[in-house]
Amino acid sequence: MLGRRLEIIIAGFGGQGVMVMGQLLAYTAMDAGLHVTWMPSYGPEQRGGTANCTVVISTGDIASPIVARPHVAVAMNTPSFEKFEPRVVPHGVLLVNSTLVPERSHRTDIDVFYVPAVEVAAKLGTEKMANVVMVGALAAATGVLPLKALQAELGHFFEGPKEKLIDPNRRAMRHGFGLIPREDRHGPYFVGVTISG
Amino acid sequence: MVTEVLGEPHVPLGERVLMKGNEALAEAALKAGCRAYFGYPITPASEITSYMARWMQVEGGTFVQPESEVAAINMVFGAAGTGMRAMTASSSPGISLMSEGVSFLAAAEVPCLIVNIMRVGPGLGGIQPSQSDYFQATRGLGHGDFRVIVLVPANLQEMVDLTFDAFSLAEAYRIPVLLLADGVLGQMMEPVTFTRAIDPASLQEPEWATTGASGRPKRVVKSLYLDPAELEEHNRSLQEKYRRIEQAEVRWKTYALEGARILLVAYGTSARVAYHAMELAEERDIPVGLFRPITVYPYPYDALREVVQQRGIEHILVVELSAGQMVEDVRLAVEGRCPVSFFGRSGGTIPAPLEVLEAIRNVAEELPATGAAPRKGGAS
Repeated sequence: MLGRRLEIIIAGFGGQGVMVMGQLLAYTAMDAGLHVTWMPSYGPEQRGGTANCTVVISTGDIASPIVARPHVAVAMNTPSFEKFEPRVVPHGVLLVNSTLVPERSHRTDIDVFYVPAVEVAAKLGTEKMANVVMVGALAAATGVLPLKALQAELGHFFEGPKEKLIDPNRRAMRHGFGLIPREDRHGPYFVGVTISG
Repeated sequence: MVTEVLGEPHVPLGERVLMKGNEALAEAALKAGCRAYFGYPITPASEITSYMARWMQVEGGTFVQPESEVAAINMVFGAAGTGMRAMTASSSPGISLMSEGVSFLAAAEVPCLIVNIMRVGPGLGGIQPSQSDYFQATRGLGHGDFRVIVLVPANLQEMVDLTFDAFSLAEAYRIPVLLLADGVLGQMMEPVTFTRAIDPASLQEPEWATTGASGRPKRVVKSLYLDPAELEEHNRSLQEKYRRIEQAEVRWKTYALEGARILLVAYGTSARVAYHAMELAEERDIPVGLFRPITVYPYPYDALREVVQQRGIEHILVVELSAGQMVEDVRLAVEGRCPVSFFGRSGGTIPAPLEVLEAIRNVAEELPATGAAPRKGGAS
């Protein structure tokens, strides 16, 4: 049986870390005991154009790992904004990397969050952490997974000599989470699922 | 997570790990005792070759990226002819290049694993997912009167499990086994668990293997028979083997047959989309079930016909990522007992479950009205 599920598309330039953002969500969901699929766009798109990945997280079986109209879209650049903003389902969530995307959505049937991810990441030390800032914002805006669980998962992403990057990234994620105003934050999406941080 | 430590198990047993389909398949082959891999990279199958490049040597096996797919399949012939577990992997155009070699392997009765992570054709076509090599896989993998067993997983755990089974089946029947998946299954990540690892040293050397004839009579692995009588006898014995496979090795799964009037038939990625569409139909009180072949040679003809007869199926809708290929086997199975319709996308597009639901609705509108109460859901 299919269960309660959340379908997320994350898109941006190759090199912005969009695949890793999806994998961070996927690993955290798996460790939380949820069902998950991660599907990349592949091929020529990865060479300098836009890259995207689709993550489906569910309490039950996941049928198709490919999603035409996501519940949540993350646009890290303008081409991704143009492609995925119209596709978000009504009552869905759109997160926009407003440092690089000047466009504004005219849709009134979805929640749009403008997150200056690159700017915030740069202030915290390096623009490279913009993807992690955005994951923090996504966690706050959707309630998909607890911030603590995602922060814990970061420990598996940086091993050996890269271990020193764990703490700055955890900090960046917390800052991203904090960018979503308290009243706009979503409660736990998978109610009844116990997820340890 | 995958830990890259030389000489230690890269993916531990018994743990739920998130892996890309191609990498999970390659890891499964290593854990199944495969110690010879020959492959030429091609999207969307390349990760199988790169994973083997990374890990085969660690396992003490042989990895070669030859100059072409033609060379790859012939290297499989050579390695598998010594009785070891050997394999190759490619995607559609690469598999076409292997045709001659596959026919030789089938004729010489050499067990091996061939993986096709299908992309869309014909020709170079595109690199997006497809199921348009069904005819090739089940009928036309090479010249001559031969068959290969064709396994079609629908999720990554099944892909892992079938990779183990592929080697056992290949050896039990001395036949090449084709694992037929598509770009979605190759590229996606999903949690998988590996429950066992086979030490190749524990595998018994086949009594036909060409391992050096010192101290024993020579063994010959060949596909050339110039005497017509001898060749006819060889072909008769091959056909007899295929009949045994058709009796013993058919696999399929059914879902939500209770009360179903419409039956979806789909395999691989299409079956995932069809399953979702089936639940959408259920929410709208359209009585739909799903029949999913796991082997497409041998095809579950009898099982499908029995489902249609016993459940009183009124209409079948076949869903494929092609212009309609497996639909011919479905028609052979049901022998005109009910109408068979087709829904497919080609060009590399994966249909949304809502598109399949629309096709189900069109079929449902054609069904005669009934006074029966709405059905209950649930997998069977």
